[in-house]
Amino acid sequence: MKTVGKSVKKIDSLSLSTGRMKFYDDYSFPDEAYIKMLFSPHAHAKILSIDTSQAEKIDGVIDILHFKNVPRILHTTAGQGFPEPSPYDAVMFDNIMRFVGDRVAAVLAETPAIAIEAISRIKVEYEILEAVFDYEKSMDKGTTVLHSEKDKKYPIPIPYYPEKNIAAEVNIDIGNLEQGIVESDYRFEETFYTHYGAHAMLEPHGVVTYLDENNRLVIITATQVPFHVRRICAMVLQIPIKKIRVIKPRIGGGFGGKQEVFLEYVAGLFTLRTGRPAKIVYTRAEVFQSSRTRHPMRVTIRSGLNKNGQIHALGIEALMNTGAYGSHALTVLSNGGSKVLPLTNKVPHQRFAGTTVYTNLPVGGAYRGYGATQSYFAVGQVMDMMARKIDLDVLDFYKQNTIKVGESSPIFEKLGEGKEGVKMIVDSCGLEECIDLGAKEIGWNSKRNKRIINGTRARGVGMVCLMQGSGIPRIDMGAAYMKMNEDGSFNLDIGATDIGTGSDTILGQIAAETLGVDIEDIIVLSSDTDQTPFDVGAYASSTTFISGEAVRKCALKIKEEIFKVASEMANIPIEKLELKNKQVIWTGGKLDFKDICIYALYTNNQLQIQATASNIADVSPPPFSAHFAEVEVDTATGEFSIVKYVAAVDCGTAINPKLAEGQVEGAVVNGLCWALTEEYKFNENGKMVNADFGRYKIFTAADLPDLKTILVPTYEPSGPYGAKSVSEIAINGPGPAIANAIYDAVGIRIHSLPLTAEKIYEKLKQK
Amino acid sequence: MKVKLNINNHDKLLEIHPGETLLETLRNNNFKGVKCGCGTGDCGACLVILNEDAVNSCQVLTASIDGESVTTIEGIGSMDKPHLIQEELVKAGAVQCGYCTPGIVISAYTLLKKNQNPTDDEIKAALDGNLCRCTGYVKILDGIKNAVKRMSAK
Ligand code: FES
Ligand code: FES
Repeated sequence: MKTVGKSVKKIDSLSLSTGRMKFYDDYSFPDEAYIKMLFSPHAHAKILSIDTSQAEKIDGVIDILHFKNVPRILHTTAGQGFPEPSPYDAVMFDNIMRFVGDRVAAVLAETPAIAIEAISRIKVEYEILEAVFDYEKSMDKGTTVLHSEKDKKYPIPIPYYPEKNIAAEVNIDIGNLEQGIVESDYRFEETFYTHYGAHAMLEPHGVVTYLDENNRLVIITATQVPFHVRRICAMVLQIPIKKIRVIKPRIGGGFGGKQEVFLEYVAGLFTLRTGRPAKIVYTRAEVFQSSRTRHPMRVTIRSGLNKNGQIHALGIEALMNTGAYGSHALTVLSNGGSKVLPLTNKVPHQRFAGTTVYTNLPVGGAYRGYGATQSYFAVGQVMDMMARKIDLDVLDFYKQNTIKVGESSPIFEKLGEGKEGVKMIVDSCGLEECIDLGAKEIGWNSKRNKRIINGTRARGVGMVCLMQGSGIPRIDMGAAYMKMNEDGSFNLDIGATDIGTGSDTILGQIAAETLGVDIEDIIVLSSDTDQTPFDVGAYASSTTFISGEAVRKCALKIKEEIFKVASEMANIPIEKLELKNKQVIWTGGKLDFKDICIYALYTNNQLQIQATASNIADVSPPPFSAHFAEVEVDTATGEFSIVKYVAAVDCGTAINPKLAEGQVEGAVVNGLCWALTEEYKFNENGKMVNADFGRYKIFTAADLPDLKTILVPTYEPSGPYGAKSVSEIAINGPGPAIANAIYDAVGIRIHSLPLTAEKIYEKLKQK
Repeated sequence: MKVKLNINNHDKLLEIHPGETLLETLRNNNFKGVKCGCGTGDCGACLVILNEDAVNSCQVLTASIDGESVTTIEGIGSMDKPHLIQEELVKAGAVQCGYCTPGIVISAYTLLKKNQNPTDDEIKAALDGNLCRCTGYVKILDGIKNAVKRMSAK
């Protein structure tokens, strides 16, 4: 391989590092106007009256939107496949406010300062309603109901009981869990809690819209899902798709947070109403409070274990808090089973039972890991407990119980995304090697169960095994278009959405590899709904696997086209031709790419050498990973530190190893922060009180522990050049791996995130 | 009101509002490489060099620095002539979304101006005001360490 498997430089990285590359906020237009939102100060309230007359009087106020002057179009803000597996429970502006941060109104003004001033002059009279903050009580009889409007429903048949605050329900059984537990030698029941989390991508959400010369609405937006933006905006604004063009510029990180469509249509409506370019940039506090979050979850594991080390029963019962709206309410929930249970595929009795409920708190959404993260915090600790119960090294316990090449899991078929899943055999699995290499790197054998003590400080090691998926089978589609230029370069136009992950580079590498050219010969254009073919967007760990295969197919077609022209030029049958070093060669002759393209464009039987291809997958091959943590806990105070963290990952072929490592490192540190320092703090009125980076603590380089990434290569036959996915899986590890290491060090179990010194101290005191 | 600033070695006379931050002034004047990640002084995306020190430009009132000099990311290196810190960050794979990168470059640049041979801990300390959500910092630290090596080999 010439390009695939090489850490070529990310194609936009020099421009980014010199500040040249443009993000949405770097686009400005001469007569641009600015949007500010008025947010609800109440967690649950009805707007009795809204008076904008004082605001309108301010010089420089152009337009104001609120529930009385916008159409009430029910939709979901979740940018997912269509029809979406999320309830249509949101409207652009509503008269019911369902969380602190819900949108009351928006102002368009000549300057941001005028817009802010105008916001403060809007008079709103509220009737305060009872609010529900405790998601464990959401379903209780007599609890206030968030969505009582009768027209709210899923666009596909999914159990939905808004009158009970239930936003989604999933129940699947393999065998009989209760019977399996009774039959088992040992029984376990443990309940865990995971908390809210902010994506905290460095670039805040925002968008700029304008009308082009043909009066079409152009939306330049920080999105992971440009084609879903176009579709949802067309629906909410009630204009045809053909009137909208969505352009994705550089994106300053997403992690799922920009898989939501909730700002584009507000700016778009202002532009349509006034003809003015309109820009909105969320402040950091607004991003924390009013964008999307990781859904908190309560996860109860009930399991049964036999003396021979075989897990006989494993049930996951999940209660998920989706906050005020049900964005991804079903699929994040179900991924808590579908990306977790297949790991221990041979368990005869399995259950996944999940319920998602509404509360008057911030809205959940897609977030890297997507429900698996929450579930692994629980399952990963119970695996540790089960292995300890029978004095088996947890490494051997995992090896005994986890899925192997050639095996399947009934869960693959039973639990899909809003419908049944697909049958699937695992064709590549490097988990055992991940376990062995990770164990060696952390020094497992000399540290596990040793409780090395130094004064008041005790050390311990813990680990967890993980899997995820690669795209959503038979749902996610990516497409590519390529054409050849007369210098032998190629344009690659893809719907796939690079949000900082490097997918432009990776897809360029796949094209370059297939055509035997350098990455510099591929000109990548991505995510412009006018210029590139469709792609579902950057989510579900799909881009390399799904869109990458579309690119490979497309490049193969280009190769055919090149051969056809070369064959005509040289009068040699196609079967005799080969591609090498930007030439077509045969015994006794060769033609340069350049000359082939010039011939095709200018000489005889003129044509454009071009091709297009789409790709969906019948399978979603899981990447696998083993994570190891070593911690040192101060038994006097509960303070602890991460001595070392190791993530060994099987992502199939790493198309670009450095970028793959970067995904793992970024996800691990994101997972570490969430497990240790990040925390949404609410006051008694449901308002987040720490909505800034000073108080919502994410790591800096100074907080970084010794972190080691090991890529374990395997070859996935269904992926382009053997690739699977890598972007999400690693975020699932830190919570359970560290909790298990803390247990190894001091013998206490923490059942809730974040893992803090106070919790450890309290438990140590009780002991 | 008007202020005089020397930006990237060019004297500029700029029209500003009294309450305007340096971040706003710079971005309004097309220095768009300077990014806003928080506006509260907590993320380092807006770092610039004021005289000799790295400062969060969102925390500086432009009116208060009349006559002073500012270096932005645009003044450190360009696509044609990148600074070696930029080159090494690119080589190390330290640029994912790149939104934090200009600020990281400014932190590293100011550190290396003052300390040609920083230890790993000194590098980490110099980056303590920079948030990056994408990379987990590993490759950023690699890139800066490689830049240090190249500087000292010169
Ligand atoms: S924008 Fe200035 S520190 Fe974040
Ligand atoms: S590369 Fe995205 S925040 Fe640093």
